[in-house]
Amino acid sequence: MKPTNIENPEYFHKVVDCQYACPAHTPVPEYIRLIAQGRYDDAYMINWESNVFPGILGRTCDRPCEPACRRGRIEEEPVAICRLKRVAADEKSMQGIAGRLPGKAPKKNGKRIALVGAGPASLTVARDLAPLGYEMDIFDAQKAGGGFMRSQIPAFRLPEEVLDEEVGYILDMGPVAHFDTYVESLKELLEQNYDAVFVGSGAPRGRDLKNLPNRQEADPFIHIGIDWLASVAFEHTAKIGKKVIVLGGGNTAMDCCRTARRLGGEDVKVIVRSPFADMKASPWEKDDAIAEDIPIIDNHVPKEFVMEDGKLVGMRFEKVRAEYDENGRRNLVPTGEDLAFYPCDEVLMAIGQENAFPWIERDIGIVFDKWGMPQIDETTFQSSNPRVFFGGDAAFGPENIITAVAHGHQAAISIDLFCRGEDVAKRPAPGTNLVSQKMGVHEWSYDSQIDDDRRYKVPHADKSLTLKDRKLEVELGFDAATAFREAERCLNCDVQTVFSDSRCIECDACVDICPTDCINFIDNGEEEELRERLKIPARNTDQDLYVSGDLPTGRVMVKDEDVCLHCGLCAERCPTSAWDMQKFLYEVTKAAPL
Amino acid sequence: MTYIRPNFRHPDLPSNELGYTRQEYEGSLSTLCAGCGHDSVSAAIIQACYEIAVPPHKVAKISGIGCSSKTPTYFLGQSHGFNSVHGRMPSVATGANLANRDMVYIGVSGDGDTASIGLGQFGHVARRNLNMLYIVENNGCYGLTKGQDSATADVGSASKKGVPNPYESIDLCTTALQMGATFVARSFSGDKQQLVPLIKAAISHSGFAFIDVISPCVTFNNNPQSTKGYEYVREHMAATGKMDFVPVRQEITAEYEPGYAREVTLHDGSVIHLYKQGNDFNTQDRNEAVRAIQNHKEKGEILTGLIYLDPDCSDFHELQSTVKKPLRDLNEDDLCPGGRALQAINANLR
Repeated sequence: MKPTNIENPEYFHKVVDCQYACPAHTPVPEYIRLIAQGRYDDAYMINWESNVFPGILGRTCDRPCEPACRRGRIEEEPVAICRLKRVAADEKSMQGIAGRLPGKAPKKNGKRIALVGAGPASLTVARDLAPLGYEMDIFDAQKAGGGFMRSQIPAFRLPEEVLDEEVGYILDMGPVAHFDTYVESLKELLEQNYDAVFVGSGAPRGRDLKNLPNRQEADPFIHIGIDWLASVAFEHTAKIGKKVIVLGGGNTAMDCCRTARRLGGEDVKVIVRSPFADMKASPWEKDDAIAEDIPIIDNHVPKEFVMEDGKLVGMRFEKVRAEYDENGRRNLVPTGEDLAFYPCDEVLMAIGQENAFPWIERDIGIVFDKWGMPQIDETTFQSSNPRVFFGGDAAFGPENIITAVAHGHQAAISIDLFCRGEDVAKRPAPGTNLVSQKMGVHEWSYDSQIDDDRRYKVPHADKSLTLKDRKLEVELGFDAATAFREAERCLNCDVQTVFSDSRCIECDACVDICPTDCINFIDNGEEEELRERLKIPARNTDQDLYVSGDLPTGRVMVKDEDVCLHCGLCAERCPTSAWDMQKFLYEVTKAAPL
Repeated sequence: MTYIRPNFRHPDLPSNELGYTRQEYEGSLSTLCAGCGHDSVSAAIIQACYEIAVPPHKVAKISGIGCSSKTPTYFLGQSHGFNSVHGRMPSVATGANLANRDMVYIGVSGDGDTASIGLGQFGHVARRNLNMLYIVENNGCYGLTKGQDSATADVGSASKKGVPNPYESIDLCTTALQMGATFVARSFSGDKQQLVPLIKAAISHSGFAFIDVISPCVTFNNNPQSTKGYEYVREHMAATGKMDFVPVRQEITAEYEPGYAREVTLHDGSVIHLYKQGNDFNTQDRNEAVRAIQNHKEKGEILTGLIYLDPDCSDFHELQSTVKKPLRDLNEDDLCPGGRALQAINANLR
């Protein structure tokens, strides 16, 4: 193998598993260290710069960082990254951050941007562009900002105050919000001489089972999940029947069933086509639903709504089992048993969402594909009409908040480049910093000691209270002491093991001390066979090998990044400082420095 | 502040036939200087004991005084240990071995502990052919007292202080051969591929197995003028040939390279494969061994690898016709066989 080029910022970036997995590449270990130090304001601001909604995401994020967390490969469970983020938001002081949030730009730059939708993507674009002096109009059909964060995430998971606070920080920066305003025509919007338009209108249409028998007749008793959640959020709906069936296996289904329990549903069931393990809902959301006495019945395909005397009395389902072909593709095969009947008064359908752009004319230069999706550049988020940019669920279909934020950052850069007449394809390089952590003998400026603690559980409010009050938050968050213990579980993957081959005397001290046998001095070879020849074969090919240049004996140093604990013992035991622990900071460049 | 070894290990850490991982053979974290060759020797002992699956409680580690003699703390933390008097490790090992012949005895010593204060004891434990592994971690200097030249420092070699050593050095392998050692090898702390199989074979050898491991002192004797620094040893190493050790329990499979020139079966049934390197070195000829060491020295080379082995020797217990089991297993009947046994002995003397 060729020597690893550590000058390439992506190499060390990938070693920071959590940050690499995060769509917005939030510097996770950096803020976790700050939380451990009690510097909540600083931790909050790092988050705010990167993901815009720390308090919201600390409660609702899909947490792609956690399955990626190295800790999960070393012991059983990853660091509770998401809940630590919430601690930063909960424990920060309002005065502490007030002076650090940018206010209105002192000078307008003379450019006008329209943003359709006031969800996470549009708000991110607005935040990133506001300091540059852009004049922005945000249009949203809802009565307040936040998009699906407001309409679809129930208040017992995301209190309104938290949402209002973080949406408010952005609106305070100057963009003008036009709520209760549904944009009916993009053409008209474009005619108002905006320099650019950003479409962040989400994926607003819930899927239906139009062809199921009795669908029309049962309509008064059937609700589309996301619409129903919105109507609960905006207090148009306050109760539901005693017996409720929720169709679907995603997070919306989990939100629907738990909301139904709070609105009078006593016998609430989730019934899903797929096997339990294949459900799209996050594992913790399934756990939370089950904890509220909601059974999840899997492998049942809806077949029929059953009506009696003009009222819905239940549904029939076909029992199936999942079979997987050699490509791992799933087939749901009927078991041949009789249809199963489940009684119910009402049905909530949470079986997926679609994009819908009835308000975008097809003759204004925006090309749509055969599925009705606009053609969007995956890097610049520009549509085929160069003045129109997309982001969030509106761009490539339903994803999640943190993805929408990541889109927003990139779209903001594109819009700024476009408005300045520059090439939108020329993306700014990430900001990086690599600095030694050595303070002296046996002394590092990071806490290199590895904690044995297992993941701490977040306490929940008592079920007897939360089921009575739809707005009472279930998760209570870590207290500061538990947050410290949990933060100590972080392995500091951003503190990199940097090897300089010219200093190495091949004494093997690092090989002997490494607790996880990552380091090898070995004859070079092709990656595939080299991986097998290591002290412990490096079979996790998602993780890179760090390969040095040739050493005096003709061998090379090969480090398997997979389960390195970043404990620093290699550097500690290196007599020549050929190993050094250096903190790597990777920051996605935004449209404007904040 | 750091310096605490994490408790996590690689999740794919393999286990040996006893079901133990290498972690079960580890000791406390080393307090030696960073980069000390001795730590690599400890790691090699851990690796060897893990690979031959010796139960940790069946091992006794015995040492004298010096940096090297501190190291038994850093390996086999669940084994027995005796950190004894300077140069007196062989006496303690002899006593322990006589009391319990069922254990594996690993003596760890240094060039001071063996070639200076302990030279007399060293000679006698070798000639008695005590069943033990005797490792010298040889760095040519007294590291614990700030790096004075030791008795194994070569003539003309200079440590960090820069004054060339005027005295002739003691070659411990030659000494061991002349004292009648039945397994003699030399290795280098920086070459575990050679050292680990040597340790495994030495433990399996029933008799006195001596390994002189050149183990650089990074603090006082790793400068370019020294003949015991990492760079010098690497550049001047010559090997008798590559060696594989096949434990008795293991079937000989394709894992081992074919084409070995000789095969030596040890007392316990385990096998050593010796590969030819240049001329075919005969490891069972004591005279050739002494000559080879001398010849290489004249060429400015350090001869490493298995230098001499007598697989058919009789160890101290056999020479002494001692009782076949550990003394602690002897019961009252064994120790006090009664009047009839006495009469039989007396009858024999009439």
